[in-house]
Amino acid sequence: MYIIVVGGGKVGYYLTKTLLVEGHEVLLIERDRHKVEVYGERLGSVVLAGDGAEAAVLSEAGAQRADVVIAVTGEDEDNLVVCQMSKAKFHVPRAIARVNNPKNELLFQRLGIDVTVSQTEHILKLIEQKIPEKSFVHLLNLRHDELTIVEAHVSEGSPVAHKRVANAQFPVHCVIAAIIRGPDPVIALPNTEILPGDELIIVTHSNEEEDLRRMLMES
Amino acid sequence: MNVIVMGCGRVGARVSIILDQHGHHVTVVDTNPEAFRRLGEKFKGDTLIGTGIDEDVLRRAGIESAHVFIAVTNGDNRNIMASQVARTVFEVEHVVVRIYDPVREDTYRRLGLRTVCPTTTISALIIDLINDVLPADEEL
Repeated sequence: MYIIVVGGGKVGYYLTKTLLVEGHEVLLIERDRHKVEVYGERLGSVVLAGDGAEAAVLSEAGAQRADVVIAVTGEDEDNLVVCQMSKAKFHVPRAIARVNNPKNELLFQRLGIDVTVSQTEHILKLIEQKIPEKSFVHLLNLRHDELTIVEAHVSEGSPVAHKRVANAQFPVHCVIAAIIRGPDPVIALPNTEILPGDELIIVTHSNEEEDLRRMLMES
Repeated sequence: MNVIVMGCGRVGARVSIILDQHGHHVTVVDTNPEAFRRLGEKFKGDTLIGTGIDEDVLRRAGIESAHVFIAVTNGDNRNIMASQVARTVFEVEHVVVRIYDPVREDTYRRLGLRTVCPTTTISALIIDLINDVLPADEEL
């Protein structure tokens, strides 16, 4: 594939490097001549000096035969115009824009950009999906005898969901101090049913925190 | 009529002053508050500090009730993006955008924007002014 990358910041530089390693034909367009020199020494003759929003530069870069144009400058307006020019003037089949301001993601899609990449959104999603700690939060250490307080979110698939407090198989030294249900705290009596969506405030021995986490996270 | 002018340079300020004198309600948006000095004391419209590529700034400038949006900052790409926001998101009836680069101007005119390209317009005017004193190619 022939790929044109516009914008030689950190993202553009490492993207170009990676795509080259993967065996693609790549050209990086960067405005700053000094950067172009430095990158040229490191990457070989795959760097072109110029403004990627200018048709003459895109034409020199061979945009008419490019399979993909990726605009990753730090300015959303530049990324938008680079992609739109590539599509309208050079009929590039796929234009990808980096979105610096997450607010612009929808707009770019409405304006015909094929793919938008928002770093901010991406990192947020990663945190939400890949890091389980979000549903199990260490709140604080008590001074007394190595006790800690944690907050755990009960999901639909949690092993304690729909169980009564007395029947939920918590590690030995765990005490449910309170259940937060919607806006209200509920006292955890032995026959109180734990519901999905509940936040459990649990006091536990520090050395049982890991067991508790594992037990609550399995589904 | 409600008019939003983005960019308070020489052109932006002059357009704003003239439309203000014609009795229109003009809101001028610029990132640099110093630029508003160009509007002079008699200007009755509003000014707003911010960038016109931000939907929230445009909303505060009253774009939802604007009849006309004029993008005349120094950045072609900024003008292009702002005018597309005005047209696509807020459905402003009349959007005019200045684009210095003739190729970009041509491309976006074909995409349906109402464009002004000072580079081609002024070049044509200059050529026109000296045409009669210079012999044409074939006579040289």
